[in-house]
Amino acid sequence: MCGFGGYFGAGVDPADAGPLLKRMGSAIAHRGPDESGIAVLHDAGLCHTRLSIVGLADGQQPMSLDGGRLTIAFNGEIFNYVELREGLIARGHVFRTSSDTEVILHLFDEKGPDCLADLNGDFAFAIWDAPRRRMFIARDRMGVRPLFHTTVGNTLFFASEVKALLEVPGVEAEMDPIALDQIFTLWAPIAPRTAFKGIEELEPGHMMIVEEGGRTIRPYWSLSFPDSGEPSRHTDERAAAEELRALLTDATRLRMRADVPVGSYLSGGLDSSVISALASGMTPETLRTFSVAFDSAEHDESAFQNEVAAALGTLHATVRCGEGDIAAVFPDVIRFTERPILRTAPAPLFKLSALVRERGLKVVLTGEGADEVFAGYDIFKEARVRRFCARQPGSRIRPHLFRKLYPYLPGLKQQSAEYLAAFFGAGADLPEDPLFSHKPRIRATGAAKLFFSGDLREQLAGYDAAEDLASCLPETFSRWHPLHQAQYLESRFLLPGYILSSQGDRMAMAHGIEGRFPFLDHRLVEFAATLPPEMKLKGLVEKHILREATRDLLPETILRRTKQPYRAPDSQSFRGAGEKDYVRDAMSVEKLAAGGLFNPASVSKLFAKSRQQPLSGFRDNAAFVGILSSQLWLETFTGSRRRTVRAA
Amino acid sequence: MAESIKDQVRAFIIENFLFGDTSAQIDDDASLIENDVIDSTGVLELVAFIEERFGVTMADSEIVPANLDSLDRITAYVGSKTGKETSLNA
Repeated sequence: MCGFGGYFGAGVDPADAGPLLKRMGSAIAHRGPDESGIAVLHDAGLCHTRLSIVGLADGQQPMSLDGGRLTIAFNGEIFNYVELREGLIARGHVFRTSSDTEVILHLFDEKGPDCLADLNGDFAFAIWDAPRRRMFIARDRMGVRPLFHTTVGNTLFFASEVKALLEVPGVEAEMDPIALDQIFTLWAPIAPRTAFKGIEELEPGHMMIVEEGGRTIRPYWSLSFPDSGEPSRHTDERAAAEELRALLTDATRLRMRADVPVGSYLSGGLDSSVISALASGMTPETLRTFSVAFDSAEHDESAFQNEVAAALGTLHATVRCGEGDIAAVFPDVIRFTERPILRTAPAPLFKLSALVRERGLKVVLTGEGADEVFAGYDIFKEARVRRFCARQPGSRIRPHLFRKLYPYLPGLKQQSAEYLAAFFGAGADLPEDPLFSHKPRIRATGAAKLFFSGDLREQLAGYDAAEDLASCLPETFSRWHPLHQAQYLESRFLLPGYILSSQGDRMAMAHGIEGRFPFLDHRLVEFAATLPPEMKLKGLVEKHILREATRDLLPETILRRTKQPYRAPDSQSFRGAGEKDYVRDAMSVEKLAAGGLFNPASVSKLFAKSRQQPLSGFRDNAAFVGILSSQLWLETFTGSRRRTVRAA
Repeated sequence: MAESIKDQVRAFIIENFLFGDTSAQIDDDASLIENDVIDSTGVLELVAFIEERFGVTMADSEIVPANLDSLDRITAYVGSKTGKETSLNA
């Protein structure tokens, strides 16, 4: 796990290549604090910062084959590198190192781009193919590891984080208004778009081949589901649960591979508890687990975390988030997310990765991905209840089910059946709408655009992010079961666009920590996609098959626990001790007017309201955090703090 | 001249839910939910405002979209409770 960057094209003077590559590497040095290196090639270059996890002594990068015929810079891990290496050796390949990096090189040498099908891992890499004068770039299937690129003249520049691209002469940070609209509608930009105008990301499961004649981007893997009504091969639930358990065990086993100790995050919920339980049984040492605890009882899950840690006998450590703690790190969080965010939830994870680093670990397993793969999120249940209500629009009984979905939202508990139906669009949204499952979230989030400035609205000229999202869906989407449609929307967009990036890679790598995600092993993802919907969401019980498959691993209280989504205090984090100077500055009329994105008068009223009383509604909280993070983004990447970013 | 019920409610909604943004017109009969003006906690703020401003007490059974989901409906509801305005067009 590391960071890398590079370029291909004649736009870099050979005399400037070395210093430029060093600057790009330095900008993302946090991703790889152990070593760094550059390779200046002919009209191309690669830089690398290394977090040493596999092949500690001999895995330096950029790494070459045959005296520079192929040269690679690689971020991530190939978890099945042991098996791949054995196969390659049997076929006559000779290895110089014990690293997984060299495995990619040999496999690419043998199979070219088809090598991607053999890789089980989280990766982004670039391989310079000197004889063909071709740069081959690829990113893992689910989007765990990042890869951004931009073009200046005829030269393509790429890097693990945007801040490395901002080192390239001619690349300036400018907010993309469409991306901002997408964030304020969907929580994340629709890839390949990023918050930075003119800078794109390589989409998950995609490869890019760059040659002198141009570049080709194409998918090598995509998430798909069977047609609705097609008979499933999984007719026996017990057999399916056993297959799931075997796959998850193997996915965890592969992700325990490292030449350094591997720890585990523990949220207190089912997913990370299952992973910790499996990992605990695979290591001769005591597993080390890490959690976030909140002073706020509404968000705190430490009782469950402690229960699991005690049951598994792990060596457990906790970082506490109290008043002012989120605000204290929020500007740094935005420096690493590199995009505005509508929730503060990444901030506690930023603190958590610092704790892991402080305790001397570099690698942690997490339970991320289970909610997408096995239908754990409330939004899946909500869509089912909305469909149930839509079948009998005037029903006064059916909407009461909405209360059951969100026991942690007191505002909903007090509502009448009529209001519940109205808030969730029951009756108003058409069940055949491809975005049906996500309509209430899109509406509630999009309402925060109320604060957009007149100038921004003018630039957007009626742009509709939801319509844009719908236009990105695959042709087969309409033939899938509604649950699978909703799973696709979560897995293909929000998972890489927010969960794995803003909340995942960026928060962990800010402190040089590698997260590993057994639930996102592509074999498990493909298996789960073929399971009948009712094995995943049984009635209104989420992740049913996962519970069945792991029943023996955990205390009954954890198995029976209703899902508690991971949340952190939002606008409330910036009240009292959290109202730091930078908050007042960012939300000032002067700064808002200078930024040009938001209406200063409206935002001032929102800020004033938040100081009088905690903001309670979803829209107002999302707006507050979104506006503050956008203002910090401007300050960090285009304003006075730009120098700090460059120097960091 | 005293502000009408509708004007008072409109002013409250603009100030409290739209943060002074008057660029989006709220038609008298437009749904406050479908137009993203109000959410689940907003309804309770609206109820508190109505009770305090107009001196009425709303029973749980009265807190329904039929009474509160547009300026017209709120005006008619408050009018019926206070006996001051009963016409939808008041």
